[in-house]
Amino acid sequence: MIKAIESSGIAKSFGPTKALDDITFSVNESEIFGFIGPDGAGKTTLFRIITTLLLPDKGNMKVLGMDATSDYKELRKNIGYMPGRFSLYQDLSVEENLNFYATVFGTTVKENYDLISDIYSHIEPFRKRLAGKLSGGMKQKLALSCALIHKPRLLVLDEPTTGVDAVSRSEFWDMLSKLHQHNITIIVSTPYMDEAIRCDRVALIQNGKILSVDTPQNIRAGFSRKLFTVKSVEKYKLIKTLRKNPEVLTAYPFGDSIHVTLINDASDNFLLGYLVSEGISDAVIQEAKAGIEDRFLELMEKGIKA
Amino acid sequence: MNKKVIYVKNLVKKFGSFVANDNLSFEVSAGEIFGFLGANGAGKTTTLRILSGLSKPTSGEVNVAGFDAYRQTEQIKKNIGYMCQKFSLYEDLTVKENIVLYGGIYGMSKSLIRERLIDLLAKIHFQEYENRMISDLPLGLRQKLAFSVAVLHEPKIVFLDEPTGGVDPITRRQFWETIYETASRGITVFVTTHYMDEAEYCDRISIMNNGKIVALDTPEKLKKQYNATTIEEVFIKIARP
Amino acid sequence: MKRFLGFVKKEFLHIFRDYRTLFILFGIPVAQILIFGYAVSTDIKNAGVAFLDLSKDEVTQKLTDKIISSGFFKKTETLLNYNDIDMVFKKGKTKAVIVFEEDFGKKLINQGKASLSIIADGSEPNTATLITNYTTAIVNDFTMDLAGPVSNNSLRINPEVKMRYNPALKSHFMFVPGVITLILILICALMTSVTITREKEFGTMEVLLVSPLRPIQIILGKVMPYFILSFINVLLILALSWLVFGLPVKGSLILLLAECMLYILMSLTLGILISTVSSNMQQAIFISLVGLMLPTILLSGFIFPIENMPKIYDYVSSILPPRYFIVIIKNIMIKGTGLMYIWKETLILIVMTLIFIGLSVRNFKIRLE
Repeated sequence: MIKAIESSGIAKSFGPTKALDDITFSVNESEIFGFIGPDGAGKTTLFRIITTLLLPDKGNMKVLGMDATSDYKELRKNIGYMPGRFSLYQDLSVEENLNFYATVFGTTVKENYDLISDIYSHIEPFRKRLAGKLSGGMKQKLALSCALIHKPRLLVLDEPTTGVDAVSRSEFWDMLSKLHQHNITIIVSTPYMDEAIRCDRVALIQNGKILSVDTPQNIRAGFSRKLFTVKSVEKYKLIKTLRKNPEVLTAYPFGDSIHVTLINDASDNFLLGYLVSEGISDAVIQEAKAGIEDRFLELMEKGIKA
Repeated sequence: MNKKVIYVKNLVKKFGSFVANDNLSFEVSAGEIFGFLGANGAGKTTTLRILSGLSKPTSGEVNVAGFDAYRQTEQIKKNIGYMCQKFSLYEDLTVKENIVLYGGIYGMSKSLIRERLIDLLAKIHFQEYENRMISDLPLGLRQKLAFSVAVLHEPKIVFLDEPTGGVDPITRRQFWETIYETASRGITVFVTTHYMDEAEYCDRISIMNNGKIVALDTPEKLKKQYNATTIEEVFIKIARP
Repeated sequence: MKRFLGFVKKEFLHIFRDYRTLFILFGIPVAQILIFGYAVSTDIKNAGVAFLDLSKDEVTQKLTDKIISSGFFKKTETLLNYNDIDMVFKKGKTKAVIVFEEDFGKKLINQGKASLSIIADGSEPNTATLITNYTTAIVNDFTMDLAGPVSNNSLRINPEVKMRYNPALKSHFMFVPGVITLILILICALMTSVTITREKEFGTMEVLLVSPLRPIQIILGKVMPYFILSFINVLLILALSWLVFGLPVKGSLILLLAECMLYILMSLTLGILISTVSSNMQQAIFISLVGLMLPTILLSGFIFPIENMPKIYDYVSSILPPRYFIVIIKNIMIKGTGLMYIWKETLILIVMTLIFIGLSVRNFKIRLE
């Protein structure tokens, strides 16, 4: 199978800061590939190397079978790119933005309308409105339409869901899934762990390094221990109490509960009794399946210890 | 837990004929972590401005930290703290300079500032950073420091805007622990965010839509009520019926 | 080509949609011309004039009356000797002193000619010029009346004009060439550098770079609209100064417009150069204002004559393009000279333009670093 992206040993520094360090991964054709990691992990730098906007210090980046450094001209015709800040002209209308990007890429809105119709139909009623006056969700849809208008083979979306409300976010991911049928490869970055599940495969990235690349299911399954959720009204006291016990390996707040791992996975029976003896009588303990964030945390801790 | 620090009854805020806040009523207790959710343009910002004494209600009863939102806005401002994700501290000042500056703004005495400074540096292991520029600190540390500064003057309520958006999982955990610790001291934490997984950490949440509060309860009860596994699902079900 | 035209169209949309850009483009030149023009208003009324009559005869009395009754002047004081002149100027109300020589009337009648001096306060050059011109006209009128309808030119009064404080009256109608010089470099350099850095700041440049648009298309697309608008501006300023103030172009209009195009091109390339070295709009504005506008106003000879500057400023100003353009435009507009006299300055501007183009192309990045 041809790879849409093959990255080997990519490194990039800005002055003394290492933004990317030995980044190796590959993306299959027409898959949705997610880069999940916090701000400052190096996602944007990596995307700029993929889109030929930056040159790597070291390593090899092949995109759509072309070299990102030497074949940049040809490559640029085949990429649709949506940078972190929605790259729209705020003083142009919805329609004008779309027409402009179509002309720049040597095509017309009519020609590729079928590709964007699903997305654009949401904002078409507002086509005379200035882009600057749109809501976050609508801006995001317009930016996506603009990035798609020339029917790119690779769609690069840098944090498309940052600053967008939950409803628009979920609509956005639905749209990406639909684009699948057009054989477009999509790479997308996000700091939000819960979005990993919408990707075919994800790379967890932190401090310029890739921690893991796999399907979201496998990443969750990679969690090495039994995980328990413990709930109580007094969360702060609960955390303190859990950490005091030598049998408890980790205790972290996760939403409305505390995620706990034990040194000995097999024996969690003691826990409830212990908490009651410490004055937490309302504790509810359940075994749970680890999420992406649990695994990310585990990998980060391993990295710190190593 | 029963002392009310925020009391809002039938709050209405109009801009001309536009009703930004339509008859809101809610109460928040001392030491509670309260999530205030809503899509962009739902009216969150308007309410937040009223609660922090920056704008006056059109009608209704609003009491914050024991002060009236119509007449005692100056007292309200003295008794609240504020931290947002984007701006927090002056990057070209050192940790110490930032703390002294904020202490000064809230009218704290020099000795009190020094006392809190030492306290704070010790508590979050900042000693070695005392004279470092904020811009030299890692993102996670900056955020923790920003929060500590927001509660430096021991306010009754601290407002947080998207406090942990975009930070790494470890920092995020540490940050929420700091929030829990603060709440356990009796300070109310009022969180606004449009990231629903942040909302899951709160004791209670309210969801706003079109200027009205459409849901208000603990995350667990809301999930049960809407038959959802996450608050995000709850939110989507409410906003897209 | 379609790509390029699409790009140009987009630039025009930006310009026409932003009333601030439009104001800077057309409001400021018009305002400047009107303000400067108003300051040199051709309408003098009740300007203070003092008289020093060393002759005190019937003729001087008549002439004095005629000058005062013209409505343009108001008599402030009657002086007794030359030493009073400085004093009366320093009081500030008097703009000119008219001095009749001794035995003025006798000389005029006996010898057919007499002299009077008009001493004007040159620290207000425009007023001074107007006063002397008006006075001279009145005096000529007076001699004609005196000589009767059949003038045989036998009677002549020699008005001798002297300026106190600024003898050469350097700023005579200088404001139009100055404003054109300033406005063009301001609009072209500032606007182009700002529109390019704006795309950097809003992240749209990233997308443009990733598109098949070539850098030269981006640059030309940015430059083209401003080139056209700036040229319209030149026509507007020239038309305005001619219609409102009657300032003609003495030399060849075609040569003038060609030189303006060269200068516009130079300014545009300079603007692109600025944009390649600044990463945000603030920086671009700062460089344009501090680096271009102030030196243009202060050092190019627009306001302060270069000859009077310390040598060091002279050297600094020699790298400023406006300095040469001011010479060119002054020569064509006011002196009416041709290319013969300004080829050196023209050549310098051409060389500068080429250097800026070279540097811009070298600095314009096809990537983000």
